[in-house]
Amino acid sequence: MNRMTVIVIGAFLTFLTSWVGLVAYPYLQLGRFMPATDEASGDVNPPPLSGMAVMGQRVYAASGCVYCHSQQVRQIGIGSDLARGWGARPTVARDYMRERPAFLGTMRTGPDLANIGARQSSAKWHHQHLYQPAVVTPGSIMPSYRYLYRTQKIQGQRSERALDLLPPNVPPPGYEVVPTYEAEALVAYLISLNRNYPLPEAPEPTE
Amino acid sequence: MNPTTHEEKHDTLSHAERDRLERAAIDASTRLPVILFYGSAIFWLLVGTVFGLLAAIKMNIPTFLDQWGWLTFGRVRPAHLNAVAYGWASPAAIGTGLWLMARLCRTPLKHAKLLISAAVFWNLGVAIGICAILAGDSRSIEWLEFPNYASGLLFISYGLISVWAVIMFRFRQPGHVYVSQWYILAAFLWFPWLYSTSNLLLNFEQIQGGAQGAVNWWFGHNVLGLWFTPIALATIYYLIPKVLGRPIHSYYLSILGFWTLALFYSWNGMHHLIGGPFPAWMISASVVASVMMIVPVITTAINFHMTTVGHFNALKWSPTLRFTVFGAVCYTLASGQGSTMAIPSLNVITHFTHYTIGHSHLGMYAFFTMVMYGAIYYIMPRVVGWEWPSSRLIRWHFWLVAIGIVFMVIVLSIGGVLQGLALLDANVTFMKSLEIARPWLWMRSASGILLTAGHIVFAVNFTLLLLKFGKRRSGPTLFGKRAEVESEMHAV
Repeated sequence: MNRMTVIVIGAFLTFLTSWVGLVAYPYLQLGRFMPATDEASGDVNPPPLSGMAVMGQRVYAASGCVYCHSQQVRQIGIGSDLARGWGARPTVARDYMRERPAFLGTMRTGPDLANIGARQSSAKWHHQHLYQPAVVTPGSIMPSYRYLYRTQKIQGQRSERALDLLPPNVPPPGYEVVPTYEAEALVAYLISLNRNYPLPEAPEPTE
Repeated sequence: MNPTTHEEKHDTLSHAERDRLERAAIDASTRLPVILFYGSAIFWLLVGTVFGLLAAIKMNIPTFLDQWGWLTFGRVRPAHLNAVAYGWASPAAIGTGLWLMARLCRTPLKHAKLLISAAVFWNLGVAIGICAILAGDSRSIEWLEFPNYASGLLFISYGLISVWAVIMFRFRQPGHVYVSQWYILAAFLWFPWLYSTSNLLLNFEQIQGGAQGAVNWWFGHNVLGLWFTPIALATIYYLIPKVLGRPIHSYYLSILGFWTLALFYSWNGMHHLIGGPFPAWMISASVVASVMMIVPVITTAINFHMTTVGHFNALKWSPTLRFTVFGAVCYTLASGQGSTMAIPSLNVITHFTHYTIGHSHLGMYAFFTMVMYGAIYYIMPRVVGWEWPSSRLIRWHFWLVAIGIVFMVIVLSIGGVLQGLALLDANVTFMKSLEIARPWLWMRSASGILLTAGHIVFAVNFTLLLLKFGKRRSGPTLFGKRAEVESEMHAV
């Protein structure tokens, strides 16, 4: 192999095969989905994200949630995802068509969040949990996201958005802890994570 | 003695002397770019180590430094990965690659300005990218966290380097093209393609979510397989024969190893997504390609082993060889482990666990980084014109990082398998899988402290070398006493 052309063209062609298979093909086949309308309910699936949830997706990215939480329910026969109640069906490519980016994830230091909105739909719970994870779920090693919250003096009436925190995080008397806009957005996104709707290629299991 | 042999001897001596001068001229021509790339690499190695240690400790003590958003685990961890992958590993690879290129083309380095501006752009890109991650502007796409304004700078820098590599290759002295040159040339062409395609599709004009995972891991695996791996293999192919003064065992094995690596490695990516929302054939293709990686790995391992066999004694004396051979052995181990991890019945245990983190450190550290240390120990004295000031510091560096990384890989592997088995059994609570991994994560942090100490020792020795500290040495800095060493080896 003393010729530059052999090396350059050979290197180009071998790499091209994988580019076709793992980039061009998925772009054409998995990257051009349209939402499906469910005939029974008339719903459009996957449902569009609210403006707040789109913002929340950015907070999710900025906070690096993906380094501990996956968002994929693996196919039947692979792992215990369904048995753990992480979803009603395995997730399919179309589920991610609106995700920018899609947080499939490669670690499960925390549980899968593909359907966290279905398991925990209470904003109150999410705020408490983000502020004091180990208090809400003993044994958790999730860090606190209290930098997304503000401790402020109560002006007249206590804010209705104020968190009901448990010891040792109870604010001093006369003070309250309220979510910032970022925390509100993040929680809106987490609650929006519910992929239990049916799709033509992934009907909800009937039993 | 008849006069003819005497004259021949005289001729070969002056020929050897000419060679030596030619090499010295080439080494001198690479001085500034090599020092720039190596110096900045070691700076980012230290930065990346701090982030790595922080991330590890945060897994043990979640409340540690949790009051600031910019130091939250989810930012410190990608800051670690990007600092070591783009700050340390890539510049170390570029520095090594350009020196090897000049040496093997037997041409003094041309257009140093191209490389110097590339180094500036590169470091600017890394600095901006890491600040962006800490400030909350990460793209949260693994291995591609840098926002456009940082990755764009890296791409410009890399473009300059690729152009330079092609120019150098065209101006090479006629003659045999050595295996290291194939790897370096190919890597310098693959990476810009890989990096631009992935950034284009995932960051500039983001494609739909369903297709992103495939592109993400096409990049994530190829950056290892078609950028870091070829540069490290090129380095091993150069250093082992050079230090031992022996030719490489088999030319044909090296050809086979090169082309099978190019073909199989590029298809590996989807094994990160087994069970995920992708067509079965894509995953299967990657599983098959991952298992087929046995071919290039065994081929290369045989070639390295047969070249070294009978001369393992040299590991006692040569710092370069000790680091390089350690790395070469770990290449075989990491790749063999990688092939098994792609097999679905085993992947189901190790996927999503700390086992994968152990594997990536076996590849990026025990293999790649150790080989780069070997290269830096070999190249720096030639480029600076000053030998390493302290052989004791080199020895400390070796043992701290060698023990540190072996310990890290072992504890993460055991902890990861236990965690994976717990996750697999739906009757075991999720919290239990965390609890099981905890002691192993503490030990991982301990291994991180050893690595940190090793990096500080290395950085100190590197700085002393740049300052031309100590007395001028008459020969290379080796382990052991000079006289004993010389009786055992001819070249270092």
